[in-house]
Amino acid sequence: MIKLYDYILSGSCYKVRLLLNILNVEYEAVPVDFYPGLEHKKPDFLALNPLGQLPVLTDNDLILRDAQSILLYLASKYDSQRTWFPGDPATRGQVAMWTAFGGGEIMAASAARLHDVLNYPFDVDQQRKSAHAAFLILDDHIAEQEIKGFDWLAGTSPTIADIACFPYVSLSEDGGISREEYPAIERWLRRVMDIPGFIDMPGILQHWRP
Amino acid sequence: MKQIDSSTLNQWYVIQSCADLTQTRPRYTRLLGSNILAERLDDGSVSAGLLSTTGEQVRQLPVRECYDYVWTTLGEPDGDVFSMPEFYEEGRRMIVCGIASVQTSPGRIIENFLDMSHFPFVHIDVLGAEPETEVNNYKVNLRKDVNELWATECGFYQPKAMASATEGIEVDYQYRVANPFAAILYKTCPDRDDAMDLVGILPQPLDETNCDIHYFMLVFDDVNTDQELIQFQQGILMQDRIILENQRPRELPLERGAEITIRADAASIQYRRWIKDLGIGFGTL
Repeated sequence: MIKLYDYILSGSCYKVRLLLNILNVEYEAVPVDFYPGLEHKKPDFLALNPLGQLPVLTDNDLILRDAQSILLYLASKYDSQRTWFPGDPATRGQVAMWTAFGGGEIMAASAARLHDVLNYPFDVDQQRKSAHAAFLILDDHIAEQEIKGFDWLAGTSPTIADIACFPYVSLSEDGGISREEYPAIERWLRRVMDIPGFIDMPGILQHWRP
Repeated sequence: MKQIDSSTLNQWYVIQSCADLTQTRPRYTRLLGSNILAERLDDGSVSAGLLSTTGEQVRQLPVRECYDYVWTTLGEPDGDVFSMPEFYEEGRRMIVCGIASVQTSPGRIIENFLDMSHFPFVHIDVLGAEPETEVNNYKVNLRKDVNELWATECGFYQPKAMASATEGIEVDYQYRVANPFAAILYKTCPDRDDAMDLVGILPQPLDETNCDIHYFMLVFDDVNTDQELIQFQQGILMQDRIILENQRPRELPLERGAEITIRADAASIQYRRWIKDLGIGFGTL
C-alpha cells in the first residue's frame, strides 16, 4: 500500500494527492503536523527524509522524497496509458523541464505564501518579485503553446508538468501575488481544474461550472 | 492612528500558545498597533512588555496563562479571561491549531465565524453542500448578565461536520461570542450524543486590519490523532481566509444600511449592534 506523508495546506503534498486521484491510485495519507507541531523536523520523520521536507511517499520498500520525483515515479508506474510522462524523447525532455520549473522557480510563490499565512521569516518582497518573474515566463509559454494549438505545458495532453506547476500558481493569492496580469495562466488553471479526477485543496477557488 | 476605544483596550487577548512560548522562543509581536515582547522566564513564568518604537520596554503588561494560551491586555479589564469550564472536563482534548495570519479586522473574523450561510459555498462537501443551503430560524440573544452574545438553535446539514464524522449529519450549533473579539462554537459531537465539541477562534488584532488568529478545538474524539484534527481545522480556516481577505472594506461597517442583510444574518446584525453599543471603534467604520 502506498503511504503519503501529508500536510493538508502544503501545495507540494497536494500535487501528489492530485495525481494519485487522477490516476485513481489507492493510498493511505499519514497526516504530519507540519504546523504548529514542526513534526517534519523531528527524529521519526527525519529518518524518512533527512531533508526534513514534505511530502514523502513510500511504496512497499521504496521511500521517495521531493514532490517532482514522486510525480515521475507515480506516472511511470501507475499510468498504463503513458500520457502523464510520455515516452517520446523530446516531449519527455520538455515535461521534465517544466516539472523542474514547478519545483524550482515557482516555489518563490510558496515562500511568499508561507510568509503571509504562517509568518515564515522570508523577504516577502523579494519572493513576490521572483514569483512574478516566473509567472511571466509561464504566461508567455502557455500563450505560445495555445498559438500552436496546445493546451498544456508540454506535449499535446496534460502531463506531470502541469500537475507540478499548478498548486503554487493557483494558491498565489494566499501570498499576496495577484494573477491579474497573466491571462494565459488563468485560462490554463481552468483547464487543469477540468481534468477528470481533479480535486482541490483549501485555498484554491474553483471556477463556477454550470 | 486614531485613539483606541476603552472597550477594545480593556479586553484580554491571546498572544501565543503556552507550548510555543519557550525560553528559547520569545514572541515579538504587535497588539492593537503596539509592539510587545512576551518571554518565558527562567522560573517558568511569562513576562510581557509594551515596547517603544525603538524597542525599549515602556511598561510591563498583565499576563494570564489560561486554557493553554498566554493572554495579555493593554488596558484594565473588568474581570479575568472569560470562563470556559469545558476546558477542565475529563476526557476532552485541547488541540491548539496554531496561528493563521489574515489581513482583515477582528470584527470581520468574528462575523464570518458566526455566519452559517457560507458553508455550502466555501466549505464545499465539508461543512455544507448544495442544495442543502438553508439556514434555519436560529435565535440570537445578548446575555446581559455575562455580556456575551449567543446564537442558539442553529441547525445545519453538514457532509463532514468534524474530523471524526464519517457521514453527513444534521448538526446542532451554538455560537458564543465571549467577548467582542473571541468566539466559540459548540457543535454536535459525532462521538457522543450528550456532549458538544468546541471550536474557538481568538483573533489577536495586530492593528485595525491585520490579525493573527489563534484557534483551537476542545473535543471528545477517540478516533483521530492530533495531526488529523489540526489539519481538518487548518483546512477550513484557509478556505475562510480567502473570503476574509477579499471583503471590502476590511473594517467592519457598523452603520445600518451599509450592507444588505437578510434573516440568515441575524447573528451578524446583533453582533454589529452589540459592539457598536460597546463603543468599539477599533477595526470598525
